[in-house]
Amino acid sequence: MFVYIIRRLMQSVLVLFIMSLVVFVGVFAIGNPIDILINPQADQEEIARATRSLGLDLPLAEQYWVFLKQAAHGDLGNSFAFNVPAIQLILERMPATLELAASAMLIAIVLGIPLGLWAGLKPDSVAGKTIMTGSILGFSLPTFWVGLMLIMVFSVYLGWLPSSGRGPTTEVFGVAVSFLSWTGLAHLALPAANLALFKLSLIIRLTRAGTREALQQDYVKFARAKGLSDARVIFVHVLKNILIPIVTVIGLEFGSVIAFAVVTESVFAWPGMGKLLIDSINMLDRPVIVAYLCIIVMLFIFINLAVDLVYSLLDPRVRVGETGR
Amino acid sequence: MPQRVFFLACALCLVLPAHFAVAAALRIGMAADVTSVDPHHQNIVSNNNIGWHVFDALVHVDENTRLIPGLAVSWRALDATTWEFRLRQGVKFHDGTAFTADDVVFSLERAARVPNGQFASFVQRIVAKQVVDAHTLRVKTATAYAMIPPDLNSVFIVSRRAAANAATEDFNNGRAMVGTGPFKFVRFARGDRVELARNDAYWGNEKGKGTPWERVTFRIMPSDPARLAALLAGDLDLIEQIPTADISRLRANARVKIEQKVSWRTIFFHLDQGRDHPPSLADKSGKPLAANPFKDPRVKLALSKAINRQAIVERLMDGAALPATNVVAPPVFGHASNLKPERFDPDGAKKLLAEAGFPGGFAMTLAAPNNRYVNDEQIAQAVAQMFARVGINARVETMPVNVYLSKARAGEFAFAMLGWGSYSADLALRALVATPDAQKGFGAWNWSRYSNAGVDVLLERAFSTLDEKKREALAREAMTAAMKDLAVIPLHHQVAIWAMRKALAYAARTDEYTFAHHVRER
Repeated sequence: MFVYIIRRLMQSVLVLFIMSLVVFVGVFAIGNPIDILINPQADQEEIARATRSLGLDLPLAEQYWVFLKQAAHGDLGNSFAFNVPAIQLILERMPATLELAASAMLIAIVLGIPLGLWAGLKPDSVAGKTIMTGSILGFSLPTFWVGLMLIMVFSVYLGWLPSSGRGPTTEVFGVAVSFLSWTGLAHLALPAANLALFKLSLIIRLTRAGTREALQQDYVKFARAKGLSDARVIFVHVLKNILIPIVTVIGLEFGSVIAFAVVTESVFAWPGMGKLLIDSINMLDRPVIVAYLCIIVMLFIFINLAVDLVYSLLDPRVRVGETGR
Repeated sequence: MPQRVFFLACALCLVLPAHFAVAAALRIGMAADVTSVDPHHQNIVSNNNIGWHVFDALVHVDENTRLIPGLAVSWRALDATTWEFRLRQGVKFHDGTAFTADDVVFSLERAARVPNGQFASFVQRIVAKQVVDAHTLRVKTATAYAMIPPDLNSVFIVSRRAAANAATEDFNNGRAMVGTGPFKFVRFARGDRVELARNDAYWGNEKGKGTPWERVTFRIMPSDPARLAALLAGDLDLIEQIPTADISRLRANARVKIEQKVSWRTIFFHLDQGRDHPPSLADKSGKPLAANPFKDPRVKLALSKAINRQAIVERLMDGAALPATNVVAPPVFGHASNLKPERFDPDGAKKLLAEAGFPGGFAMTLAAPNNRYVNDEQIAQAVAQMFARVGINARVETMPVNVYLSKARAGEFAFAMLGWGSYSADLALRALVATPDAQKGFGAWNWSRYSNAGVDVLLERAFSTLDEKKREALAREAMTAAMKDLAVIPLHHQVAIWAMRKALAYAARTDEYTFAHHVRER
């Protein structure tokens, strides 16, 4: 197990290296960051000065070499636009995004698995059909539109919930969180619901499919024949066995929710890091793009590692890292 | 269980808005992100907007972009290379210390040396500073330079005591954010909001009373629909930059008030008149042309005549624009009001093209950004269709501004859209139509490669003419010459629009800033 984890981490270093190279070449191909950053009143001399001070006058290979040297010391460079270390920018905004992503996943899991089970156990009932139709709407409607509709209905017309922004935050172990107050929860409700919709639909459909399949299995018939109660059959035996694909999807989706909750963050003006990425791409703020993508790559790697470890808990037949006996 | 919490939260929200109405607080929705609150860092509208609340400059600008006294009550040129500024007495910084000429010297020096700072060009002409006494400052330039007062409008004055050795981060966390402005800095949450509190000791207070707002919150909300929804939901009191499609609906809404003013931002087209074979120009079958059609004044005039500016203003921009004759807006210093907008005349355009030797027209690519100016992509498409009517096949190429600017500067476009905001016609002309000269700093944005020695000479004279009236006359002359010669094809000036709840009023500004201290309760 230990060796397995070490091996995975070493693979991640390779991925990080390739990722930073791709971003460097990509941003270079788009354009020159100076053109966006300079003050329109600047004359040619000022532009040249600014180019030199950001190190953009060096050839690309040399710029990349400088970046690698600094990265070895843990410094991924200063943002061109904000003038502060790129990592600091991202870590500053990470708690907001993590909070939103975790709330969205929580809603999706807590609502999705029971609803999916229900639809799987009673597929032909009214409830079952409604749940499935609802899930189709959930992943076909664009997030942007749903977000705006939620704001229109709950904020503008009904006035129940605030339309945007993050509520007041409190410090927990040095991290600012907003779900500990009612106002904070009110601000969190709509964005989390908006972000959760797609995942919810996904989990409902997966759970339903898994349930339908598991119910056909012999062990279920055998358990019923043994006289086990329905609740025990469903929640102990069926649920555990269908969880592996669901856990995989949850792991992948959690990573993508953290990395790319841009649309929800834009619509609800949620001060997270997804928006930071899009703005940095628009401004060609290369240090922030590189730092952000490196952090996201690390995140995906850790999530995938955690998912693999969870497999071995869920399914005793699976042992990570072993090549079979 | 989560649902119970959810409903409780909803119920509490009905109670909360009443609580916020007690303190006189103003909540403003900003359309662009604030990258930092360091006043000498990045020269973008959103950062400067915050700067104007916490700091002052020696010279201020009124709603019509004209210079008015700020921390300097008066200024004059003592001789060709010396300017003297008399500073306001009795002004105190937010920490109680007195404002003196020494703070001005410190601010000018800091503006020049902030890493990645964009304000150095406003102080680079100052070669020496002389503190005559605590409230008199003289600055010297190497040669006669008339732009010191407008340049100093861009340099915020910080406190030497508070900002000594301060980096951008010290401003962001508030340690160095000590100014003389109408509001004190409270908090900057990057990507979220800026919070300010009223400065009761502000020198600009009338009759001893300041602005009615004890607290001001600037919420950063770049998404247009979200900002609008927040205003309609009552979460914001005032927002800037309304999308043109929503204007008529807002005007009909009884709970919302609209304030507007012609903006300094002018949209125009650069057309390459310098090179012999600019990229993308060809005849309709694809063969390159023998000569550059844009070098012929008749072709330039035809292109300008082919554009129906009135239709663009009325239909595309929903009335939120003004047809342009200059590259600066009407209230701006040096605007030549004798010029009339080119009348829409497609038949005249076709005749001119035939005279110039292009009876069948030609083909070209029209380039524009798609995420920078109001309706930029739609304007490009509309103009291309108007050109098609007179026989010119214009292929539209739009792209995000970060790609667009790089390509345009590299000379890849023959016909390109640009927007420019300036509060002085000579400054605008210097950047846009003066013959490119890196030494003098001329023509940094002259994509047209236009070169007119007469205009260059007029601009040089304007920059060294210290008398305001004479300088304005020179600027007008240079503008008239450049516009008659169609150095660029002006399209329209944008109109800046603010929406607020019915009970408020705002003195709309041409420079598009949103000042909380100019928002009044009616």
